[in-house]
Amino acid sequence: MVALSEPAAIEASSLRVRRASKYFAAINGAAVGGLALDKVSLFVSAGELVSVVGPSGCGKSTLLRLIAGLTLATEGELLVGDEPITAPSAERGLVFQDPNLFPWLTVRRNIEAGLVARGVLKQERGQVDKFMRLVGLEAFADAFPHHLSGGMAQRVALARAMINHPKVLLLDEPLGALDAFTRMRMQDEVLRLWRVHRTTMLLVTHDIDEAIYMSDRIVIMTPPPGRIEQIIPVKMDRPRDRSSPDFLRLRGDILETMHFAGRSLAGNGV
Amino acid sequence: MSRQEYDGLPEMSASVEEVRPQTAILSRAQRPGEETAYVSPPVVRSRPQTLLAVPVGACIALAIHFLVPKREVVPPTHYYPLILSVMLGLGVLGAALHPFFAGLRKWMRQMCPILGVATVTAAVWELATSCFGLLPLPYFPGPEGVFGSLVSDRSLLFDSTWHSLVLLISGYALGVAIALITGVTIGWFAHARYWGMPLLKIVGPIPATAWIPLAMVLSPSALFSAIGLIALAVWFPVTMLTASGISNTRASYLDVARTLGAGQAYLIFRVAIPAALPNIFIGLFMGLGTSFLTLVVAETVGVKSGLGWYVSWAQGWAEYGKVYGALIIMAAFFSTIMTVLFKVRDRVLVWQKGVIKW
Ligand SMILES: Nc1ncnc2c1ncn2[C@@H]1O[C@H](COP(=O)(O)OP(=O)(O)O)[C@@H](O)[C@H]1O
Ligand SMILES: [Mg+2]
Repeated sequence: MVALSEPAAIEASSLRVRRASKYFAAINGAAVGGLALDKVSLFVSAGELVSVVGPSGCGKSTLLRLIAGLTLATEGELLVGDEPITAPSAERGLVFQDPNLFPWLTVRRNIEAGLVARGVLKQERGQVDKFMRLVGLEAFADAFPHHLSGGMAQRVALARAMINHPKVLLLDEPLGALDAFTRMRMQDEVLRLWRVHRTTMLLVTHDIDEAIYMSDRIVIMTPPPGRIEQIIPVKMDRPRDRSSPDFLRLRGDILETMHFAGRSLAGNGV
Repeated sequence: MSRQEYDGLPEMSASVEEVRPQTAILSRAQRPGEETAYVSPPVVRSRPQTLLAVPVGACIALAIHFLVPKREVVPPTHYYPLILSVMLGLGVLGAALHPFFAGLRKWMRQMCPILGVATVTAAVWELATSCFGLLPLPYFPGPEGVFGSLVSDRSLLFDSTWHSLVLLISGYALGVAIALITGVTIGWFAHARYWGMPLLKIVGPIPATAWIPLAMVLSPSALFSAIGLIALAVWFPVTMLTASGISNTRASYLDVARTLGAGQAYLIFRVAIPAALPNIFIGLFMGLGTSFLTLVVAETVGVKSGLGWYVSWAQGWAEYGKVYGALIIMAAFFSTIMTVLFKVRDRVLVWQKGVIKW
């Protein structure tokens, strides 16, 4: 278990998860349910970019849905700044692997959606053009989502989430469905958004290189029930070189940790 | 292509590369059997069959009309040969002008075979009725008799069509308005679904026309009861499809909207309803079908106006030329309304282009 170290003064856009557990009632006949998260504790300071890696089924998506407020924790406490998370809010944006763009809205209207939902479109209309430029989609303003490639659609999804200036942006394998080249370009794009807006980001990924390339710290989770195995800081200057010795050494360490975690689980007979 | 046969749910993130070849396949499929598909795109010449279909068909029909001796005695109105001559003239004109207008070419490629076959059908019909008397009179008059009564009774027919239109639109609009409210309510709110679904399942499948006796007792006027019956006929399918569309809204759309700060109103009106629109349109089409049926029955038994009434009235006088004339008008009337609804659907569901195909 990792000790929880919280600073004395809590910044408004920091994120605290305290001994959060999530239990799903078993569904008849399906191999789901049971304890998905087991007393997970995590502190993400304001403006930090933290990655979560782990084998599938270890509760990464569940953790993000708890933070988003889409599901409530069975036990434990989740806070953004000093405010407990009780329901979804525009303060916590969420981007999935599937861009989930509203297919009935054009690119521009998809990006506007958050402003419309909060009823502030009139005052903040200028934001729409700014974000379309930021993700390089001006030319596709009036296209419908089914015309977009996977990378473009995910950029729209990012812009749509960022336009609300969320305190925390939750990314659930957002680049998982993209090809290797598009993915690397998008990683830089996400980093640029992060640098410009200083948003606190929690990034779930199954790509260890992506985690090392992007994040300040890497959270390694193990299944089941989902627990945090280890948190590894990444002390390298950005932009990071994917082939530098430091990068490769860290990569080896993480792989070993995950491998070891898997074996220790098997040894425990879980 | 398989993506288009998908059950109409919005499919996400098709890349441009995936969409292009489909449209190419589609545009080819619209010209079955065309050998010139390999020729580079700007094909100005049309196939001779396309150009000749209407003129040849009209000539055959005119020849039969004027050359084959008649048994049926009809007042000579000349409307039938006049219509054929107009078609012949337009066919020749179209063939002459088609190299200059791309729109005309496309239209002719689609319509000429059908129109050509239609004129030949009219000719065969005339042979079978007026010429050889193969079918019993007065039940099966020839084309001359039908077109004659169509034209001579035009003011009453126009009046009847107008009454049918007003009645249909009032009933349909009322039914759709109520159905959208009930459908969204049942689809969205769990309590409404619990209480509303059984009612919908029990009362809904009863054909609206079965309520006619009750409607006659309840309503002060035949017109109101007819509007109510048509509304009821539309209400059931639209409610059913709307409710299922709303309750099957993809959960991830709702999740995304919630994390964007959406409240209940946004979730219903800007997520669930747009997501349900493809379903709602299926309901609107089904409702239109049942409303036609209910309209004709209601006009026949209650309201003393409209096309349904006209048909039974003409039948009462054994004027079968008028009966068939009214049926032709009815067919044109209903299919026009269908076409309008298709156009509305294409407009509203542009975002689905390439996904739906029905
Ligand atoms: N809605 C749900 N109902 C029941 N079980 C669920 C539900 N969502 C997730 N689970 C279970 O919780 C566990 C963790 O799932 P998830 O968070 O999606 O994992 P990950 O994202 O790391 O792959 C899995 O065993 C899954 O079956
Ligand atoms: Mg997941």
